[in-house]
Amino acid sequence: MEIPYTVENRPDTGIYNAKLGIWLFLASEVMLFGGLFSAYVLLRVGAAPGEWPHGWLNVTLGTINTLLLALSAITTLLAWAACKLRQFGKFKFFHACTILLALTFLGIKSYEYHDKWIHYEIQLTNGKFADGHMREESKDFDLAKKTGSVTIEGHVVEDRKELMDLRTPEAQAAKHTEITIQAADIKKMENYSPRHNTFTAIYFTMTGLHALHILGGTIVIFYLWGPGSRMYKTDPERFTNRIEVSGLFWHFVDLVWIFLFPVLYLT
Amino acid sequence: MSESEQPISLKSYIRLCAVVFFVVLCTTSGMIATSFSHIGEGWTLKVTLILAIAIVNAFLVAGYLMHLLSEKKLVYTVLIFTVFFFAGLMGLTMWAMGDFPVGTITH
Amino acid sequence: MQANVQQFPPFREAPAHGHAEHGHHEHHEPGFWSKYIFSTDHKVIGIQYGFMALCFMLFGFFLMLLMRWQIAHPGMPVPLLGPLLAKTLGAPAAGGAISPDLYNSFGAMHGTIMVFLGVVPLAFAAFGNYVVPLMIGAPDMTFPRINMASFHAFFLGGVVMLVSFFIPGGAAQAGWTSYSPLATTIPTHGQAFWLVGMVCLITSSLLGAVNFIATIIQLRAPGMTWMRLPFFVWAQFVTAFILLLAFPPLEAAGILQLMDNLAHTSFFLPTGLAVGGQLANVSGGGSPLLWQHLFWFLGHPEVYVLILPAMGIVAEVIANNTRKPLWGYKSLVYSVLFVGFLSFIVWAHHMYMTGMGQKIATFFQATTMIISIPSVIILTCMFLSLWGGSIRINTPMLFALGFLPMFGIGGLTGLPLGLAACDLYLHDTYYIIAHFHYVVAPGTIFALFAGVYFWFPKMTGRMMNEFWGRVHFWCSLTFMNIVFMPMFAQGIKGMLRRMSDGAVNYSAARVPNAIDALPGTVMQLNDWIFWAAIGLGIAQIPFIVNVFWSIGHGEKVKNDNPWDATTLDWQTPTPPPHGNFEHELHVIRGPYEYSQPGHATDFTPQDEPESADAPRTTSTAHH
Repeated sequence: MEIPYTVENRPDTGIYNAKLGIWLFLASEVMLFGGLFSAYVLLRVGAAPGEWPHGWLNVTLGTINTLLLALSAITTLLAWAACKLRQFGKFKFFHACTILLALTFLGIKSYEYHDKWIHYEIQLTNGKFADGHMREESKDFDLAKKTGSVTIEGHVVEDRKELMDLRTPEAQAAKHTEITIQAADIKKMENYSPRHNTFTAIYFTMTGLHALHILGGTIVIFYLWGPGSRMYKTDPERFTNRIEVSGLFWHFVDLVWIFLFPVLYLT
Repeated sequence: MSESEQPISLKSYIRLCAVVFFVVLCTTSGMIATSFSHIGEGWTLKVTLILAIAIVNAFLVAGYLMHLLSEKKLVYTVLIFTVFFFAGLMGLTMWAMGDFPVGTITH
Repeated sequence: MQANVQQFPPFREAPAHGHAEHGHHEHHEPGFWSKYIFSTDHKVIGIQYGFMALCFMLFGFFLMLLMRWQIAHPGMPVPLLGPLLAKTLGAPAAGGAISPDLYNSFGAMHGTIMVFLGVVPLAFAAFGNYVVPLMIGAPDMTFPRINMASFHAFFLGGVVMLVSFFIPGGAAQAGWTSYSPLATTIPTHGQAFWLVGMVCLITSSLLGAVNFIATIIQLRAPGMTWMRLPFFVWAQFVTAFILLLAFPPLEAAGILQLMDNLAHTSFFLPTGLAVGGQLANVSGGGSPLLWQHLFWFLGHPEVYVLILPAMGIVAEVIANNTRKPLWGYKSLVYSVLFVGFLSFIVWAHHMYMTGMGQKIATFFQATTMIISIPSVIILTCMFLSLWGGSIRINTPMLFALGFLPMFGIGGLTGLPLGLAACDLYLHDTYYIIAHFHYVVAPGTIFALFAGVYFWFPKMTGRMMNEFWGRVHFWCSLTFMNIVFMPMFAQGIKGMLRRMSDGAVNYSAARVPNAIDALPGTVMQLNDWIFWAAIGLGIAQIPFIVNVFWSIGHGEKVKNDNPWDATTLDWQTPTPPPHGNFEHELHVIRGPYEYSQPGHATDFTPQDEPESADAPRTTSTAHH
């Protein structure tokens, strides 16, 4: 038995089933990311003065990512339009662009994550803090046994608070040099992983969940671009609807980034 | 047919997209400029301005790229309720976290 | 019974323009796996959900019996099951006695399993999946494969939850509410299992919610306008919306707590947190209250998810067994919509004790009081529906009638809790336990029993045994009240919840000089409650036997519509074949056209043609 309105619109609502389905799903996703955004707001507002970091993220890379995603939203729309106009070749081209843009986004994101992973804050025994990207550690480096040394490219500060706001002129002026620190001088060493402070925690969680959505969307679009595009020959309208519905999901993922970028990178 | 608005031609769509992308470029630059500027004391004014620009950006993507401006009333209704509940979640929680009896919370 | 090989074929959507590939699959007999495990037919999925949910409920019931034993006899080995517990769970059940940590894990899992694996899947997913497409005249749900995926996500979530009992450290132990920092600092991975299980269950619910809403909006048969929908469908519609929009913040919170547990972040851990006397090695800066807000943002709408489908079932059973239309259909519809809407802005009445300011407490108190209005309207409409009715007593009707006063007690006892001033005293006492169990246990679960007895004939073509059904009802009603009524008294006397020693350390016997120590009468009630719970368990045996026995040996139905019902779910063959309806539907009247003056019969199905001479292709239900 056939389910009605899978392709044609239901007269009184004016839409087909999958379109209603995807909008309902997107509504739930608004609440999901909304929950995370409200967590962000509460953690930031609740942080003690001077305890919330600024400028820890690379604005250039973030901007590039924003523009890549915006462009991919556009190629997604054009892919759907091409399908609607039955121009299969153009559809293939536009969605190939979408996929490539998405993968580039993920690539840049991985680079950013890696950058944080090798970025260390080292509490020294003399009360100062060394902060920078780890270049290498000596073969016998063992923090527990206090042997060996690490080399970072960074700087040393007196007070931890100076590491918080990198937008201040002082922080901008800080010179980054190669510093080697002996394990014996290290009291505590932690990289900028989620556990480092609530900012990195919410940053990794929100961008991580967003990246998972990008990955999922890319896989779906890839499937429809590749093996799934067979349906274009047998039922082009239904196939176009699938492109539209997956496109809506992709646009939503772009929408989330439109808020993530300024909130995390620019404020 | 599943679309009330038929794409007339790919060219017209590309034109629309070019406009949208240009505006996105402008808004993004606007946000970055605001972020690095020295408007206002602290971050509050900056954050408000940046979020306002972001909302414009979102409106463009949702309105034009997701066709929300020409979407059916049913979809609109679902989304309006969603926005209301999200506002409730955000607003009421922030209010709750801010409304404590005097002297019972440290900061 | 029209059994034929085409009954449950795996559903594959045929393309709009027929294609040779799919042309002949109807004649292909599906294998066991496609037919029973990986079916996309909503009826099979509904039964899968129902069966699993009932199993989980039974398991949750056993957890409760173990807890009640411990409360009545703290520290004593559990009779009969003690050695088994010791063998399977090891140290926490040493000597067959339930240790405090084990008690806590039973408590947390009893709540979680009953709510998320028992009642919601049964009320929403099982009954909803089976009945809603039938009631609206649809061939299936809009997205059958997503429906199947939703069941399997539920199943996976259930497995993860049950497995957590057997890992070192045991299952989650921080209550079904999993408050941080306790949930993060207990040395077990059970909490992580709980969170992963919850993510699976939330995913299942979200997929189901999308399906229900899309189905009800898009697949109503011609003529089935919104105001001709049976109330059950309205209730499921609102429930689906609640699930769709309220669950995701809990999923967000779950992800954050999972990060706290596994990646050692501090979303919910405050600065300066000390664990075991030592400063915790975390960054701090988090907020335990944030977890509570995000949890209860779902937690409150969740209770409406628990009750609305039940109200829908009771409405259907009452209309059918009073042989008259429901009183106040429009009021019911607007009330249920209003309840759904308001349920999103009342949540912090679960948090009055967190030191909230007066303004915010007043806001939530106001919305909480207001939400009681539509709830009362719904209950009143159902009571009024009985007036002047030609009441037919059968097992479903008994359970539906039983629901009314039981839910009344549950709801009314909630009013002092909605008022902040009283709640400060009653919060986290046994009064709360009594209140919410009254609403869910003799409330919702009675309605669900009514649903089982009511729709069993449609699913199987046989009636359940009436005598044992009545035994089940009267024994359950009696024991439910003996179990839960005393808890009000205990709570008002100050007995707190979640105490593994049954509050014996606060009793007058143990601390005679303490002011307001719990008197012997209150402590004695623990014993009564335990034996009543045993009685309640025994009372379920006739039900379980009845269900299985009646499948093969129950009295066969005389026709497709044994209850002489008007809704479309009774206008199908029995059991409904794949695609549900064998004739084209055109709905021309409302859902409760019973006892219409001048009509030959005391009921008129929704789609029966106006002319009495028009032939009917399925039901031959007339006297």
